[in-house]
Amino acid sequence: MDSPRRELTPHQLKIRRRRSIVLAFILAGIVILFYITTIVRLGGNVADRVI
Amino acid sequence: MMHNAQLGAVRASLTDEALAGNGTAADYLALLKPRVMSLVVFTALAGLIAAPGFIHPWLACMNLFAISLGAGAAGALNMWYDADIDALMQRTSARPLPQGRILPREALGFGMTLAVASVLLLGLVANWLAAGLLAFTIIFYVGVYTMWLKRLTPQNIVIGGAAGAFPPMIAWTSVTGSLDLASLSLFLVIFFWTPPHFWALALLRTDDYARARLPMLPVVSGPVETRKQILLYTLLLVPSSFAPAMLGIAGPLYAVAAALLGAAFLWCALSVHRGGRKLSHSAGRLFGFSIVYLFLLFAFILAEHALALPLFQPLIG
Repeated sequence: MDSPRRELTPHQLKIRRRRSIVLAFILAGIVILFYITTIVRLGGNVADRVI
Repeated sequence: MMHNAQLGAVRASLTDEALAGNGTAADYLALLKPRVMSLVVFTALAGLIAAPGFIHPWLACMNLFAISLGAGAAGALNMWYDADIDALMQRTSARPLPQGRILPREALGFGMTLAVASVLLLGLVANWLAAGLLAFTIIFYVGVYTMWLKRLTPQNIVIGGAAGAFPPMIAWTSVTGSLDLASLSLFLVIFFWTPPHFWALALLRTDDYARARLPMLPVVSGPVETRKQILLYTLLLVPSSFAPAMLGIAGPLYAVAAALLGAAFLWCALSVHRGGRKLSHSAGRLFGFSIVYLFLLFAFILAEHALALPLFQPLIG
């Protein structure tokens, strides 16, 4: 049986919203970090590849 | 028996689901133990710079990021497991879990996610040997130190201290892809530094540890034995601090600094060993100086490499 849904207080909703925003920034940051890391690791290998 | 019931009651009070979702971003940041993390990052940076070979500055930053994330994960998992005893101690009672701002299951999920992410990140950015070492360090700190030794033996921080000594070795391995004797010298310095550092704190906080029934050395064996052990480990630390110079990753500047700082550390330890009415003062001074000592030793290694100063030839290896 499902447990009854808990109503969040306005304070908890505010905290949750702030946490979600921080999490969104962290996720965006991770995407950027991995993008730059991939470029750095590739280095000149793309330009130097045998075609 | 009564203590176990007390811990059980504390644990039950910390799992009130009505409190779920109250943790702020700052609370989650506190779970990472930022002060410990800063020392980990600094010692890892020294290992990274001292290691032979080239590493792209961006990848070096990513390696440090992964190692610091792993250290944070270990801190969060430690706070998850120790929430019951943290609530009983004055020094730790303000942490997010004892305060009920974060639930144990939330801390566990956060810590596990970061642990897996940090190991995968280091494996992808550096190599899988370094990632394996990081995974071992997290498991050792949480499984061996936190869950097993901490509540069992007064030697908890001697063995558990190894976890805090691994970061420069992990950073070294992230550059070289191998485990070398020279990197072990950095491990040894932190390993022998840990007991005098934590026992000085334990002398100041004996009542706190006794309240939580943690078998820290001053609680189990008393202050006289603790003062003796502090001096013994200092006598091991000072010679081991010359190992980086003997293994060719430090030079004359470091050696002179290690001698002067070692003499000052020994003086502080002797002052604690003498005891007397000013024991809390001398223990506090040793605790404070021990942090400066470790910071400066690794700063001199960093400075010698950054300024390309001459290093000693390795005696072995």
